[in-house]
Amino acid sequence: MPRLLWPNWALYRWNKPDTGTVEKEPIKRTWQESLMERTIRVTGVSAIVIVGLIVLFLIREAVPAFVQVTPAELLADRWYPVEGYYGLVPLLLGTLLVTVGAAAIALPAGLATAIFIAEIVPRWARDLLKPFVEVLAGIPSVVLGLIGMLVLAPLVRRFAGAPTGLTALTGSLLLALMALPTIVSVAEDAIDAVPASYRNAALALGATRWQTIWRVVVPAARTGVLTGMMLGVGRAIGETMAVMMVTGNAARIVTGPADLFLPVRTMTATIAAEMGEVAQGSTHYHLLFVIGFALFLISFVVNLAAAAVVFRQTKRSERVMS
Amino acid sequence: MPTRQCSLCRRETRWGGRFAAQCFLHPPARSVDAPRGQCYNRLASMDAETITQTSGAARAARAAQAGAPCVLLFLILTITVLTSCRPAGTELGSGSTIQNVGSDTMVNLALAWAEEYAVQSSETSVSISGGGSGTGLAALINGTIDIANASRSIKTEEIAAAEANGVTPVEHIVARDAIAIVVHMDNPVDRLTIHQLSDLYSGVITNWREVGGADRPIVLLSRESNSGTHVFFLEHVVRRGDKLDKTLFSRDTLLLPSSEGISTEVRQNPNALGYDGLGYVTPDQKVVAVALDPAGPFVLPSAESVNDGSYPIARDRYMYTVDEPVGAVAAYLEWIRGGDAQAIVAELGFVPLE
Repeated sequence: MPRLLWPNWALYRWNKPDTGTVEKEPIKRTWQESLMERTIRVTGVSAIVIVGLIVLFLIREAVPAFVQVTPAELLADRWYPVEGYYGLVPLLLGTLLVTVGAAAIALPAGLATAIFIAEIVPRWARDLLKPFVEVLAGIPSVVLGLIGMLVLAPLVRRFAGAPTGLTALTGSLLLALMALPTIVSVAEDAIDAVPASYRNAALALGATRWQTIWRVVVPAARTGVLTGMMLGVGRAIGETMAVMMVTGNAARIVTGPADLFLPVRTMTATIAAEMGEVAQGSTHYHLLFVIGFALFLISFVVNLAAAAVVFRQTKRSERVMS
Repeated sequence: MPTRQCSLCRRETRWGGRFAAQCFLHPPARSVDAPRGQCYNRLASMDAETITQTSGAARAARAAQAGAPCVLLFLILTITVLTSCRPAGTELGSGSTIQNVGSDTMVNLALAWAEEYAVQSSETSVSISGGGSGTGLAALINGTIDIANASRSIKTEEIAAAEANGVTPVEHIVARDAIAIVVHMDNPVDRLTIHQLSDLYSGVITNWREVGGADRPIVLLSRESNSGTHVFFLEHVVRRGDKLDKTLFSRDTLLLPSSEGISTEVRQNPNALGYDGLGYVTPDQKVVAVALDPAGPFVLPSAESVNDGSYPIARDRYMYTVDEPVGAVAAYLEWIRGGDAQAIVAELGFVPLE
């Protein structure tokens, strides 16, 4: 864990390579080469700098809210900023419900699809199916939102018996659809990269095909599969437009899984809907940045967790291999 | 690239490729808003009036057709239009500019008026910006603009501020607007009182049975809380105009980001109850008649019922001037109350004055 938080500087050799070895003919470095190197270095460093600046900006804009609003008000159960009700709890719970719902649908479905494409169908079918799944990732979220509003919502109302189709479940289904291509694509790549010798060995030991897949291939591809899942969930948390169009945006307090069939208001939808009209510098404005910062923290924690899991498992598998 | 001579201005140019015959200031005439063969430089010095006749969209489409180099040209053209419109038309040596600032919900209307007026009268140009009713009125009181748009009438504090500044704001009603209550086509409910609406939207009544409908739950639909319509509805329907009343919308109210969201849901959900500007109501939604008290009369929203004051959920749209307007401003306001401008009012979903 500490190694995650602090870079291993030994990996970054900014200086010239050490000349302890036998001097060979020096590599000729043209000016184009050093120019490219510098450019790449600048872009790499600027990515970090930009993220840092974004965090600073978020904090700078969010901090005044904590001065203007008491923590008790922030933890209240009503979000109606026009009249000074600043409770963030309904929004947090709304995002949680929709995201967990989406993950519960997308993770098993995504893994199953990845296994199906990588292991079960013949090669020509894989070459056909994979691009189809990836095209799904290219559909703009507004279009999916429109489909959700016009097609999915009436179906949810009819079959789930909910008073309206604009519910957390509709949002979860739509988000699952959007997270699927990421999960399938990354997980399938990882499963496909497992060496054939693993499968051959398992089959030679008398394992059935299913046992080979579930006990040998998938665990061996665990790192990639988990990465794909985390990326998918990350997309689900941050998605805004489609969610705003189908979840109904009612800032209710979520009490349990039964609320999947009722409308909720997510954090992203709140920012998107209210940022356009809010008076700059008002309490409401700063609170929207508080929500943004909270979202940033959530996705940061998800990524950190993913990194920790991946890191630990590579180490263990390396140990087993050697 | 060899230099060549532009066929129109005879200037040496390094521009090649598709525009080999002309320099980049002089692309083929079809790509700009000039008749074939006319020089772009002449176009740039033409009146704002000639240029505003072609809409922005048409310009953009043509610029896109003409390919990437013309995007540059399009930008130059746009800047020309802006610069020739903005600084009081003094460089063009004709007419005056009216500065018009205010309500965001009236920006589209004000823009449509200004565009039409620019076509009809070449002497005056009108520059529009939004910012909200309060912003517009504050600017009017400070004397920086000529006309303030407001979707509410002026507050007493604002009148006091104006008098402290030595000016008298004058109110002009320029359009009206009604908020229609809509339900699903199959909903048997066809009349509601303001009191019932207040109870419905604050969550006191939760079943259609209680207001004479079927035994169904009620799904409340509203615009987002920052829309002017939402605030008007909160103050005049949910709180029934009582300033001390602190009733809020029910927590279960669905806040939809667009009018389209409301009409889609009302169209397909028999439980839905929504409200929206009269202009946004499509024929496949059922409009409910509204009355102030249970004895009636129950009135459907329409241009007539809004104008004779019988429909209770209606509001006026205003323009404010400092003192009685004179000159170009007076002419503009006069034109706005006339037939052409009021036809635009109806087109944009507001209720025209009679």
